Amino acid sequence: MALRTPEPVQVVKQRRDDALAAIVAAIPYIQFLNVSFERRGDELTAVMAYRDTLIGNPALPALHGGAIAAFLEVAAVIELTWATAWAAIEDGTLTPEAITSGHQFALPKTIDFTVDYLRSGLPRDAYARATINRSGRRYASVHVEAWQDNRDRLFAQGTGHFLMPDAKSAKAD
Amino acid sequence: MTKDNRAIAQSFIDAIPHSHALGMKIDFVGDGEAHMSMDYDERFIGDPATGVIHGGAVFALLDTCGGAAVISHPDHNGATATIDLRVDYMRPASPGQRIRAVATCYNRTRSVAFVRAVAMDDREDKPVATAAGAFVTGG
Repeated sequence: MALRTPEPVQVVKQRRDDALAAIVAAIPYIQFLNVSFERRGDELTAVMAYRDTLIGNPALPALHGGAIAAFLEVAAVIELTWATAWAAIEDGTLTPEAITSGHQFALPKTIDFTVDYLRSGLPRDAYARATINRSGRRYASVHVEAWQDNRDRLFAQGTGHFLMPDAKSAKAD
Repeated sequence: MTKDNRAIAQSFIDAIPHSHALGMKIDFVGDGEAHMSMDYDERFIGDPATGVIHGGAVFALLDTCGGAAVISHPDHNGATATIDLRVDYMRPASPGQRIRAVATCYNRTRSVAFVRAVAMDDREDKPVATAAGAFVTGG
């Protein structure tokens, strides 16, 4: 059996990066918060680059709880979207153009989100990674951890439940 | 509440850069209760297909309103910080409509204040979101 020529590494990276960029660019609030995503294979790290407008307590100073919550929720939604779309991105059935047009593509909807503020957010960049603990046909449960200087010292964590896009169009029981 | 109090509370909110960036307004504050609002803005959109604002923006309003309710309690001194906050998203906020939040500090201990809050758009009988959380009291 002849070996198939492997896909050039740049083609693989470009396809994944373009798809991720299209998902992230579609959501204006991600830009408002100054959040971007770094990718290693399928692993995503959300980065909220520091800006003065993210401050909630100018006296300390500390990041606003609402900015932290939104950051965590964004990290959870993108992780969930990314994980769900991964197979279709890889086999080429979901293109960046299709993501941007929004025709074959819908975002999960947040049912609830809980944020645990472990320590005050410092006026510097913040990082977050989300873990999908349950991914069902109807809903998913996602946990997010956020840190700044030290990965082992979380400054916030969150858990949320999300209605999956397919379940949304299906009739609710 | 007198008009002066509201002006003081508004200047307090304006001094919070993130709340100012989201255009949050104080509508009422006093005795452990706060009413705040936030105009619709396309920069806050979370779902481009529908134009519905991001849950994070609603969360930020509920968090700020909750903090304002804690601070406005007669027994409270100084600042506060959120310990935890849970938001339940009941329905998408109607695009183009202002979001209003009402928060109540319904119980206080020496170290913790318990808050409930609700967010509405123009349909006040059907909440967009509800929230429950704990905040730090002065100390």
